[in-house]
Amino acid sequence: MTHLKAEPIAVAAADRRGGGATLRRAIQRVGTHNFSLLIALSVLIAIFGSLRPDVFFLLRNILNIGQAIAILGILATAQTIVIVSAGLDISVGAIVGMSTVSIALAVGWTGSPVLSILFGVAVGAAAGIVNGLIITVGRINAVIATLGTMAVFRGVAFIISNGQSISIFDPAFRFIGDGRIFGVPVTISVLVVVVAIFFVLMSYTVTGRNIYAIGGNPVVARLAGLNVRAYQIGIYTLSGAAAGLAGMLLAARTGSGQPISGSEGLELEAITAAVLGGCALTGGKGTIIGGLLGVLIIGVLDNGLILTSVPTFYQMVAKGLLLIVAVIIAEQQARQYG
Amino acid sequence: MSQIGGTGRRGDAPLRNSSALDEANEPGAREAAAPALAAVGVSKRFGVVQALDDVTLSVRPREILALVGENGAGKSTLVRIFEGVYRPDQGALMAGGAPQAFRSPSDAHALGIRVIHQEPDIVPDLSIAENLFLGDFRSIHGVFLDRADLERRTREMLAKFGLEKDLGPWTRAGDLGPSQRQLMEIMRALRGGLRVLALDEPTSSLTEEEAQRLFRVVRRLRDDDGVGVVYISHRMREVRDLADRVAVLRDGRLVAERPTAEFPEAEIIQAMVGRPIADLYERGARRRGEAALSVRGLTTKRVSDVNFDVHSGEVVGLAGLVGAGRSELAEAIFGHDRMLAGSVAVRGRPIRLKSPADAIAAGIGFAPEDRKSQALLLMRSVKDNITLAVPDLISRFDFVDPGAERRIAAEFADRLRIRTPSLDAAVSNLSGGNQQKVVLARWLARHPKVLILDEPTKGIDVGAKAEIYRLIAELAGEGIALLVISSEMPELLGMADRILVMAGGRLVAELDHEAANEERILSLAMADNLTRTETAGAP
Repeated sequence: MTHLKAEPIAVAAADRRGGGATLRRAIQRVGTHNFSLLIALSVLIAIFGSLRPDVFFLLRNILNIGQAIAILGILATAQTIVIVSAGLDISVGAIVGMSTVSIALAVGWTGSPVLSILFGVAVGAAAGIVNGLIITVGRINAVIATLGTMAVFRGVAFIISNGQSISIFDPAFRFIGDGRIFGVPVTISVLVVVVAIFFVLMSYTVTGRNIYAIGGNPVVARLAGLNVRAYQIGIYTLSGAAAGLAGMLLAARTGSGQPISGSEGLELEAITAAVLGGCALTGGKGTIIGGLLGVLIIGVLDNGLILTSVPTFYQMVAKGLLLIVAVIIAEQQARQYG
Repeated sequence: MSQIGGTGRRGDAPLRNSSALDEANEPGAREAAAPALAAVGVSKRFGVVQALDDVTLSVRPREILALVGENGAGKSTLVRIFEGVYRPDQGALMAGGAPQAFRSPSDAHALGIRVIHQEPDIVPDLSIAENLFLGDFRSIHGVFLDRADLERRTREMLAKFGLEKDLGPWTRAGDLGPSQRQLMEIMRALRGGLRVLALDEPTSSLTEEEAQRLFRVVRRLRDDDGVGVVYISHRMREVRDLADRVAVLRDGRLVAERPTAEFPEAEIIQAMVGRPIADLYERGARRRGEAALSVRGLTTKRVSDVNFDVHSGEVVGLAGLVGAGRSELAEAIFGHDRMLAGSVAVRGRPIRLKSPADAIAAGIGFAPEDRKSQALLLMRSVKDNITLAVPDLISRFDFVDPGAERRIAAEFADRLRIRTPSLDAAVSNLSGGNQQKVVLARWLARHPKVLILDEPTKGIDVGAKAEIYRLIAELAGEGIALLVISSEMPELLGMADRILVMAGGRLVAELDHEAANEERILSLAMADNLTRTETAGAP
């Protein structure tokens, strides 16, 4: 019905492109960038699969990969939303650390895992609101603002923990860290739920559309009646809350609240994955699925390098090169679109 | 003045198209008599727009030639051809007695031809001296920068321009005002042996005093250095004070060229306009309704105390020169620019304007002048761009209803006859006219009470223009109040029921359709420059 209505316009078109092959249509549906990511992922899987066919394809290893990327997956998809809005949140690693400490302390105070988790997420969201206010009301560049708050949040985590690791003995956290629901590790379930929510938000809601609009051109968005500042504050709050939730997973995995260990450098990995996933740092472009694929590539690469016994230092080199290659590809695509 | 005597101003009767070719090729001609720069039969086309049509014009050494014309008459295009930014489609440039084909501005610079733009490029964090002689530093022993030499040369230059008291060589260039930057740009041009200097509306952002200083510099360049100056301006008084000769462009043609003394102001203006208005416009008898948009005492940084009404079913044109404050007024009404004082009401109801969202909620729509940077999300689809301002109509509980979205986009794409491969095509693929229709579709989808259109036909071909005119008439017929800003006088006269004229941030006149004509509007729009300069000089 609706397609019929659109038809006369399509017919009126002077320059109809030649008949597209089914493959091209399929690629368009997935998105060109996501398609190249899928190819890159397949190549990596083929390489490591053939090098270690005995281990790589075992369910245990696949779940291992999933558990390893759960925290990064949440951060990277949230970062994708921030970058689509033409922002950047460098403070997420520090928020994760602050969240683990807050949760560990809250378990001690309340004894309730549910309240403690909510507290950790709330602390993350509050940190996000601070970021959002500094960026919008203070009119400060997002990179500078979150670089500053990164140090602040890290400092707060050290202050409230006295610089100590705080152990969590609550069995609920052990279940979250190591347990399974219907054979699926809890951490992976959390990741899937969060990514699904982000995906729906960005693809099927007006809010998501508007985030793309704001990132594409904030002046256009404002002149179309959008409250750009409110959106930005909301986006950083969401990013902070997601980091709080990722902190919950980290606390559960390590059984402790740690001001720095385990959360250091996560922000760079999250940004790496988002850019690898096709985000343009200038905003307006990028998808949740792309961000997730970026994380998967990093996860498979990490796992494969360990399985093939590549020394740690070389792993770092490999990951760095991967990012640079990804950015070069993204740049070239961007240039193609003008 | 005696130096000008026999060269620039010759006694013989002024002729149109004084044959530059002959002058340039004349073997025995003294160097000074030959034009410093000449365009011979130059034509330039951009798409469907004939920007220049067979223009033959020469700039002589030791003269100031004023180049006047309406917006879009081709002045800037001609200057860019002089500077080697554009290459003529037909015709040739003559400089230094030989035909020239500039491939880039550096070719023109090598021959001493320079253009001073409205916003000169400077390196803000370097000093005046470093900016002036960038690329020409002298060194001691081939290693160390010779600061003493740099300082001496800079001081000489500043003294020549009478700035030695105001500025030191080591002042940071970023701290200079617009007029000082302009002078610095001229100094830089002078460094490489200046023969032709073109100034494109140089006084638009200067105070009266700064303008006077610029004029002194320009006169000295003519008299002492023998430079041929091309001076583009909208301001009649400057043209009369400064220029030896006036050339008028209209629609890309050179329509008149005479010594200033023999060219009365009224005749210059007549030469600038004076063209038949084509039957592009529809203007049926309209019924004027209640006041839909009422603006009272509106004041911003750039606009002062503006009062007017636009009624339902009425098209009100807003005329004025570039920089008169028209776009600023529109942006203030739409809540995009902050109002310092005044009020805006829609159908008698005052609106609290804190952001465009408030204006939109009150029923105002706004198509800004710069479609690509202010109105369209170029990477997104036609559909997304049309539905951007109607989130409530295309969603339920924030979830996009793809059917409703496509229905609305298709309805308005159809109604406005937007030519696009599909509704999902990126809007950047569309022609300028169709892009403008996408912007209009966005607002029509909201069923606005008031529409403000800033230069709605800018950069659009004639066919699409006619469609936009028809659409504007149609919307007025449906009872929408339209405020249309345009720099194209015939367009305003053709479609507007009333015309408001702005100058210097103020509303200076309101003309009925019957009372309005191009000359009157133009002289009102420019008259303010006269009164303003006079009052500025008075205290």
